[in-house]
Amino acid sequence: MNIHSVKGQKIAAGERTQEVDHPHSLIALFGADQPLPLDCGIALSPFQIAYQTYGTLNADKSNAILVCHALTMDQHIANEHPITGKPGGWLTLVGPGKPIDTDRYFVICSNVIGGCMGSTGPASTNPATGKPWGLDFPVITIPDMVRAQAMLIDRLGIDKLFCVVGGSMGGMQVLQWSVAFPERVFSALAIACATRHSAQNIAFHELGRQAVMADPEWQHGRYFENGCFPHRGLAVARMAAHITYLSDAALHRKFGRKMQDRELPTFSFDADFQVESYLRYQGSSFVERFDANSYLYLTRAMDYFDIAADHDGVLAAAFRGTQTRFCVVSFTSDWLFPTSESRAIVHALNAGGARVSFAEIVTDKGHDAFLLDEPEFIDIARAFLQSAGAAHGLGKAER
Amino acid sequence: MSVQESLPLEAHARPQLRVHRADHLLVADMVESGTKVLDVGCGEGDLMQLLESRGVDCRGIELSREGVNRCVARGLAVVQGDADTDLDHYVDDAFDYVILSQTLQATRQPKEVLENLLRIGRRAIVSFPNFGYINMRLQLLIHGQMPRTENLPATWYDTPNIHFCTIKDFVGLCDEIGVKMERAVALDRYGRPLRLNAPWWFWNMFGEQGVFLLSRAQQKTPPQAADYIAP
Repeated sequence: MNIHSVKGQKIAAGERTQEVDHPHSLIALFGADQPLPLDCGIALSPFQIAYQTYGTLNADKSNAILVCHALTMDQHIANEHPITGKPGGWLTLVGPGKPIDTDRYFVICSNVIGGCMGSTGPASTNPATGKPWGLDFPVITIPDMVRAQAMLIDRLGIDKLFCVVGGSMGGMQVLQWSVAFPERVFSALAIACATRHSAQNIAFHELGRQAVMADPEWQHGRYFENGCFPHRGLAVARMAAHITYLSDAALHRKFGRKMQDRELPTFSFDADFQVESYLRYQGSSFVERFDANSYLYLTRAMDYFDIAADHDGVLAAAFRGTQTRFCVVSFTSDWLFPTSESRAIVHALNAGGARVSFAEIVTDKGHDAFLLDEPEFIDIARAFLQSAGAAHGLGKAER
Repeated sequence: MSVQESLPLEAHARPQLRVHRADHLLVADMVESGTKVLDVGCGEGDLMQLLESRGVDCRGIELSREGVNRCVARGLAVVQGDADTDLDHYVDDAFDYVILSQTLQATRQPKEVLENLLRIGRRAIVSFPNFGYINMRLQLLIHGQMPRTENLPATWYDTPNIHFCTIKDFVGLCDEIGVKMERAVALDRYGRPLRLNAPWWFWNMFGEQGVFLLSRAQQKTPPQAADYIAP
């Protein structure tokens, strides 16, 4: 398969731009009276947040769980995706009877600011020009995303979240929530994440961004107006990133050196190997649903993330005196956010006197494991939420 | 890290309404309610659960992944970690008590670990199997073999216990690093405390394990077992 000849791409692109301003989600509009103050010094206004909710908020509003999505995911964690038609993005964890039990909890997931599934981002229409923001969109950070989510939670009339849950970039948001709004977070489940982005991870992100920007169809971010899209660049970025989400063992188990629909090498640069074909598919399907500029902004936000830097370089200072109950989870084969990163979080939480549980899950599935059916991880998430629920006065029959 | 799996076995097997290990009950009795406790080598969290039921704010460290995951699944605040390396990350005076139950003999640096316990906690409670126990001595003396008991069944080549000591040895270490022994108890093989007014040599001979409540102050005079009996 060629990465820039994807069937149905034109239609998908239309749906993609449709989702940006008029998503298949609930929308919270914030007008001129409620600007979003950004770390870069700009106040974003007006802006909107697209979000999904599952379950019912109880009378005393004590059963709300905020799920923070990862870099290339979105708010459709437990419903069919409006563009791809695929089932929800985190059904292993969210749904009736799942650890994040939608029969018991009121679950909220919002598209991050800077995203492309309905929350204001570079693909959204800039009200000042009537055209997509493109690179005129201000650079956003993880704290900006969390600030926007807090405004949404205010809008929903919720004072304190029972739990904030997220993996990867979502985990960064979880940590940021617990640092920025400790009194609003009863418990926090931070999975496969870190309090700062490592040099290696920044390097991978830079590779992805350069791939996008090297595509002539990127047009300095003005591709929509010029009727094109940097498919190739974004697909390459996705392919590189996708490798980092897996592991050597997982790739070997899944593909080994197996050939794709052929017995012998073709002595060409076709996708002879299954792993090549798989990566090309990952790249091409990604561009159907994701905006290239959004990818630049969100990877940038992760790169800038460093909680300790905001606390004179002392991570423990960020968590001092916190009353939030934490659960930190890492996976043995995750080389993007290795266990050492989680351990650093735990050490800082311990030094800050926090109540923290930490488990490392044995798996060969790499970073992606947090989205997969890892029974031990699922059990731990369930137990953590149950014990936190008991401490929060959420009985078994809570509805 | 719960090196000595179920100690003592007899206490476990005895039909009781609520089965708690005798040494756990003894340790729990040393902890005041409303305090903050770190259980180093908390195993599957039995002692932590007992303490939490008594109104103690309890945290745990456990080396084995299975142990940690089972603790977290029980709703306990436990982190995966190693007593030899991870205690350094805790700040001074973070806890009222730090408990090291049946784990000291499995650490690489028992002296440093002990010092760390009393840096992190105002008090430390340490329990360990007594290698001076008569049964151990006889096995070495008569059979000429490394001792193995019901509670320490591992062979010499696969035991995680690399730093065995006797009660007498442990008292020596406490003296060397200036640790005050507030209370000491020797338990027999059924987990029952030995006679309180016994001399040290008796405890060292007939205690299968020692349980010590320690604090930081310097101890100058040579110790007698009876000196440490709690009122």
